[in-house]
Amino acid sequence: MPDTRADAAQLRADMPLFTGPNWDFGSLRRVYEAIEKIAFDDLGLDCYPVQIEVITSEQMLDAYASVGLPLMYRHWSFGKRFAYHETLYRKGLAGLAYEIVINSNPVICYIMEENSMTMQTLVMAHAAFGHNHFFKNNYLFRQWTDAGGILDYLIFARDYVAKCEEKYGLDAVERVLDAAHALKSHGVNRYAHRSKPNLAEERQRTEDRRAFEEATYNDLWRTVPNRNSDDRDAETREGERQQEEDHRKLGLPEENLLYFIEKRAPRLEDWQRELIRIVRNVEQYFYPQKQLQMMNEGCATFCHYEIMNRLHDRGLITEGSMLEFLHSHSSVVFQPGFDDPRFSGLNPYALGFAMMSDIKRICEDPKGEDREFFPEIAGCGDPYRVLRNAWANYRDESFVLQYLSPKVMRDFHLFQVADDASKPVLRVEAIHDELGYRKIRSALAKQYDLSRREPDVQVLDVDLKGDRCLVLGHFVHDGVLLDEKTCRSVLRYAAWLWGYGVKLLEIEAATDKVLKTYEAATDAK
Amino acid sequence: MNIVDRRPNPKGKSLSNRQRFLARARVEVKHAVQEALRKRKVADVGHGERVAIPTRGISEPIFHHNRRTGRTDHVVPGNKEYVRGDEIPRPQGGEGGGGREGSPDGSGEDAFEFTLSKDEFLDMFFEDLELPDLVKKSLKDTNAVDLQRAGYTVTGTPSNLSIPRTMRLSMARRISLRRPKPAELEALKAQAEEARARGDEEEAERLFCEFERQERRNKIIPYIDPIDVRYRRYERVPRPNTEAVMFCLMDVSGSMTEAMKDLAKRFFMLLHVFLTRRYRHVDVVFIRHTSTAEEVDEETFFYSRETGGTVVSTALDKMLEIARARYPTDRWNIYGAQASDGDNYGADSSRCVQLLGGEVLPLCQYFAYVEVGDGMGGSLTGLTRDSDLWRAYSEVAPAHPHFAMRRVGDPAQIFSVFHELFAKGGVRA
Repeated sequence: MPDTRADAAQLRADMPLFTGPNWDFGSLRRVYEAIEKIAFDDLGLDCYPVQIEVITSEQMLDAYASVGLPLMYRHWSFGKRFAYHETLYRKGLAGLAYEIVINSNPVICYIMEENSMTMQTLVMAHAAFGHNHFFKNNYLFRQWTDAGGILDYLIFARDYVAKCEEKYGLDAVERVLDAAHALKSHGVNRYAHRSKPNLAEERQRTEDRRAFEEATYNDLWRTVPNRNSDDRDAETREGERQQEEDHRKLGLPEENLLYFIEKRAPRLEDWQRELIRIVRNVEQYFYPQKQLQMMNEGCATFCHYEIMNRLHDRGLITEGSMLEFLHSHSSVVFQPGFDDPRFSGLNPYALGFAMMSDIKRICEDPKGEDREFFPEIAGCGDPYRVLRNAWANYRDESFVLQYLSPKVMRDFHLFQVADDASKPVLRVEAIHDELGYRKIRSALAKQYDLSRREPDVQVLDVDLKGDRCLVLGHFVHDGVLLDEKTCRSVLRYAAWLWGYGVKLLEIEAATDKVLKTYEAATDAK
Repeated sequence: MNIVDRRPNPKGKSLSNRQRFLARARVEVKHAVQEALRKRKVADVGHGERVAIPTRGISEPIFHHNRRTGRTDHVVPGNKEYVRGDEIPRPQGGEGGGGREGSPDGSGEDAFEFTLSKDEFLDMFFEDLELPDLVKKSLKDTNAVDLQRAGYTVTGTPSNLSIPRTMRLSMARRISLRRPKPAELEALKAQAEEARARGDEEEAERLFCEFERQERRNKIIPYIDPIDVRYRRYERVPRPNTEAVMFCLMDVSGSMTEAMKDLAKRFFMLLHVFLTRRYRHVDVVFIRHTSTAEEVDEETFFYSRETGGTVVSTALDKMLEIARARYPTDRWNIYGAQASDGDNYGADSSRCVQLLGGEVLPLCQYFAYVEVGDGMGGSLTGLTRDSDLWRAYSEVAPAHPHFAMRRVGDPAQIFSVFHELFAKGGVRA
């Protein structure tokens, strides 16, 4: 084949793999192979197989609209997202991402036809290796997403929704999906399931318990007065026992609202439950991504930076390409200050890249403070092993808590501001100095903690004897309440799904005091 | 690694989601379209439009924190001057340095802006008017082009191959390059063989040489060469429509309310859409009248107020005058559209009948009269007595099939005025 001969010639001569901005399939393949060698041999990455798909800008907009997945069930909200992005793009207000990568096996990596060859190289290093390694190795992805099955599941979901639309009508399906979407961020399992009780084990346990009681029987205990029998009447006690029993049977409290509704809502039909399940499963697929955005982007950015530099060192890309790469790299990791009009929070690319580069520095060339902060890795000399370990075993929150170094805090000029709604001014709590490093670190980690970012709403109770009202509770931390307007609309959706009234209590987590109550009645189905 | 080229995949994957979105936001989009129509000129009706709709019907609420309550910590970059314990005034907009949340789903935005395509815009426009589907199709159908023969070309599809022209060129080339005909070759060969049979070796040798030369020539010069091939060329030409002029006549006396004028505007717009599909060029002439008539621009026509009596015949006079001066009937198709609330100066009605029946209608392709009401329904449905103008025009109507009159109380009734016009596929010149 002429292609391989050209390959060999080029590798032998240590010539650049490509020159000029235009790309073709031959050079994509050559560059991919060169990157692969570096990624595996130098960085020790461990990746899923890759499928690279070349798409047009319009297809990129399509992919945006379906939340980055290659196929999705149909719903108007995706059309809205498409219209939004299209308008921005056509107006020239927003560029498009250079790539989208999908956590499946094989990893699908979309690259746009408009990209120059340098950009395609960058994109492959970034997505096909950086993200890919992260997807395959991080514990949250391993635990929560089934990369091998996601595409098949999406096909099932799309077809099932389409079939329901045909059978029950667009409007009926849309109502269920709308309502489920409103609750979707509370439709994920945050912890691994309890293992199912096993009959033999349960029996064994009861037997053990009985044997233990027998062995330790002391008649004296019988004579100790029972507190309950004295100060409470039997009826209340019976009521409490009954309630506890009900809660146990219903699996309450339950923080996966959609799961609870899917399994327990009295008036849903089977197909409606299946639709809820689909929304739930898709959301569960995204659950790790929400907690790993900074690390994921940081990992990909760090990898592409290392790879591009090595390509350049080996003379495989030209000086011009390197400059083009540096230009786009530095705009990706640009972090505007809080008072800059471009500021929109911490840039996950910037922080992730800075932290990972700093880990590398600490491993190779530590200073005194690094030895104090990171005694176990400072000067260990194998930065990629340390990083691979971090990529595999941390999420944004714990990664910041473990690895945010004083140098990064100084470079970013991080400072902590306390925003107390009851006071007229904000107060600076900590800045990047000796006293502030640890405070900033834990405050920033908290900021990345999903359970802090998203309201903690749980199913508390169902009024089984009365009007079947579903009681939700929002546990209020530090006095932060729910937004009233959206809360009411979400509750209306929840009430529609539940089929009966829904009540939401704002409960102060520290004191169990009820601060506020929302109620939503259901309209006839 | 596998590289797949997805570019040839079918486009418009998001189309059905877009339609669902539009259906969902129908009320809002329709409202925005109405708003746009109000601002638009009659002749602009067939373009796309950027619309902004309120987020109410299309919001996707989820539980989220109210940032104005409780105590939160923010860690932000870019500290230049602050030290621990400094107090910063709370930034307006509420979010203590927390930044703006993701936009399409956030609650921050109050209007959602996107662009409707031309077809979507017209759909919304037509929806109100309750047009039959067939009409909608013919209105939106913009491929009013004919293919016309226009000479020959060297490229084309086999089905367009012009055999006579190709053969003619082939023959010319064969003659000019002196390609031997098969019969000549045969004759030469026969001569050569004859010479050999005679024993005249020298002559036979010469003839054979000649024969071979000719035969080679025959092979070198093909019977049909690619340079001979010609295809019929077609040009796409717009259907040879002539030009049309549309006269908009409206009573602007005090008795016409804004609502009535709005109805009238829809009526004119619909006729305009229809005409622009039929004719390449459409002129619009606006004539307003009270007790006198004048030609005005669109802005004045719809939005300025006049007081005075109502003499309808002045408008018809004006129309005749302009038509005679600027729009000779041999070049122009003349359409008339008149909107009025039916009031007329009592003695004028008979003159209107004369003018309309005797002069205006013979000039026009089509003339439509709508009597607009205030949309309250009942008052227009025969319970009240007929207006002066209605009674007068009713005399003319039976004799002229291309004259349509209708009372209209709300936009849905406008189309019925044009029923015949559309049903017949239009009145052609």
